[in-house]
Amino acid sequence: MARIESEIGIPKGGFLKWIDDRFPLTETMKIHATEYYASKSFNWWYVFGVLATVVLVMQIFTGIFLTMNYKPSAAEAFASVEYIMRDVEWGWLIRYMHSTGASFFFIVIYLHMFRAMMYGSYQKPRELLWIIGMLIFLATFAEAFAGYLLPWGQMSYWGAQVIISLFGAIPVVGETVVEIIRGDYSISDITLNRFFALHVILIPLAMIVLVFVHIVALHHVGSSNPDGVEIKNQKGPDGVPLDGVAFHPYHTTKDLVGIIVFLMIFSAVVFFAPDMGGYFLEHANFEAANTLATPEHIAPVWYFTPFYAILRAVPDKLGGAILMVGAVLVPLFLPWLDRSRVRSIRYRGWIYKLALTLFVISFLTLGWLGTQAAETVYVIMARIFSIIYFGFFLLMPYYTAIDKTKPVPDRVVYHG
Amino acid sequence: MTDDVDQKRRHFLTVATAVTGGVGIAFAMVPFVASLKPSARALALGAPVEVPVGMLEPGEMVRVMWRGRVVYILRRDPDMLSRLGEVTDLLRDPESEDKEQQPIFAVNEHRSIKPEFLVVEGSCTHLGCAPLPQFQVDAADDWFGGFFCPCHGSRFDLSGRVYKGVPAPTNLRVPPYQFIREDIIMIGAESGAA
Repeated sequence: MARIESEIGIPKGGFLKWIDDRFPLTETMKIHATEYYASKSFNWWYVFGVLATVVLVMQIFTGIFLTMNYKPSAAEAFASVEYIMRDVEWGWLIRYMHSTGASFFFIVIYLHMFRAMMYGSYQKPRELLWIIGMLIFLATFAEAFAGYLLPWGQMSYWGAQVIISLFGAIPVVGETVVEIIRGDYSISDITLNRFFALHVILIPLAMIVLVFVHIVALHHVGSSNPDGVEIKNQKGPDGVPLDGVAFHPYHTTKDLVGIIVFLMIFSAVVFFAPDMGGYFLEHANFEAANTLATPEHIAPVWYFTPFYAILRAVPDKLGGAILMVGAVLVPLFLPWLDRSRVRSIRYRGWIYKLALTLFVISFLTLGWLGTQAAETVYVIMARIFSIIYFGFFLLMPYYTAIDKTKPVPDRVVYHG
Repeated sequence: MTDDVDQKRRHFLTVATAVTGGVGIAFAMVPFVASLKPSARALALGAPVEVPVGMLEPGEMVRVMWRGRVVYILRRDPDMLSRLGEVTDLLRDPESEDKEQQPIFAVNEHRSIKPEFLVVEGSCTHLGCAPLPQFQVDAADDWFGGFFCPCHGSRFDLSGRVYKGVPAPTNLRVPPYQFIREDIIMIGAESGAA
């Protein structure tokens, strides 16, 4: 790797020049790696973007191997998953990597988004970067939802039944929309077949394109940092930001450590707790879909539960659906809801710190409530925390404007 | 700052990281490559098959499936067996010297365990078509009965031995098999292995 880098650094003839005359290889490497400067002051919160990419690649790779043995038909899907688990050599590992990868995708993405909220990474000029990221998040939701139907277990079936029925809440056209999604009068072989197409072709393609666009946008505006300082404003005589180091080899090397630690944790889950006590793979889903009997307790996979709790908190079908969709979409507007003059939580006042803490508590609590049965006390709790969740966003223009901020330094600050 | 970099140490660490990572990736690839092998189900479906051959009349042939492939079982009558020696000069490999094409027990003129029972894969060694059994003799055409491949005209004698001057390079393949009883053949397992 080091040798390739040094070759690119020295312009010379030969094969590389032949390529460069026809394709901007060296130039692209420079813009996006060896001469892309990101802050030296990155902390570990900045590793999750790379980890998300790693998980995406892993999901695509394991997914390809799963499609070699999976059968997208209502009659055969469940058995084909069991076939992968029992008869295909190492099939259990490939499937557990894929199912665990789905959950880790969300863990990583949620932490990545929280990082952006903590350090104001979405603020001008990174609004579009944030929006593209949100689109990736939405695509991931769709991908995970479509993927969860494929094993054709009890939870696959009834979970899809519940979520697809939500579209029926749309006034006037609701039932038509539901029929178009299902392609049938109920969730059937046809639905499974088209969800398979979406899960393995359309959505992954869209995600790859969006991730590409996300990185292009990031490299155009530059990475933020824990101080929310624009490192481009302080450049040395060589034009390199004083607080920046090249993405490659410096950040890549550091990220490698993060990737290794991540893979250790990931492997521990894959090998020792692939169902994570029913949170990553729900127990009811080890039973084939039965259109005659709903499981006693129906809950979505953990990464959907905060939004599911908000849905259940509202005693009205349309209202619940609107609030749930609203809860997913409201972060899109963060760049405009936030009126603070500073980006990073390091220089914000106590109000934002409190608001963000309450937001995290409400998100986690809603997530837990979404896994519980809909008993009265939980519904009341869900209502309270839904209000806090929305309050965090909708009151933001107010409290970020009055919050007392500290002066932001010109240069990044190093800790430790 | 770059001046006090220990380049040798850096080079060592780079190579060590790359090698360790490479070994790790190689090991991680093992399950994926291994998953492409025939699965337990495919192996189970490829298990040996038993074929009762007692009801075959001399001169009669049956086709059976083994691992998705066609296997011909021909009970040769004395006349057919006597013709095996007549065609030797017309054949490319009359002594079955190509070891790939049959188990050791079939390296003989009749290419079988018991002379009267021929067991061969019904797959032309040229490009895999199924040769047609044509047992009638046409001496004018140097044809002493055997198998004729309709795809590209390859000819095989009554022991599945290939004629000279045809596209097929080798004799028809004899699968591993054994007699588990006087009149029952088990295809897919040689004696001792079943």
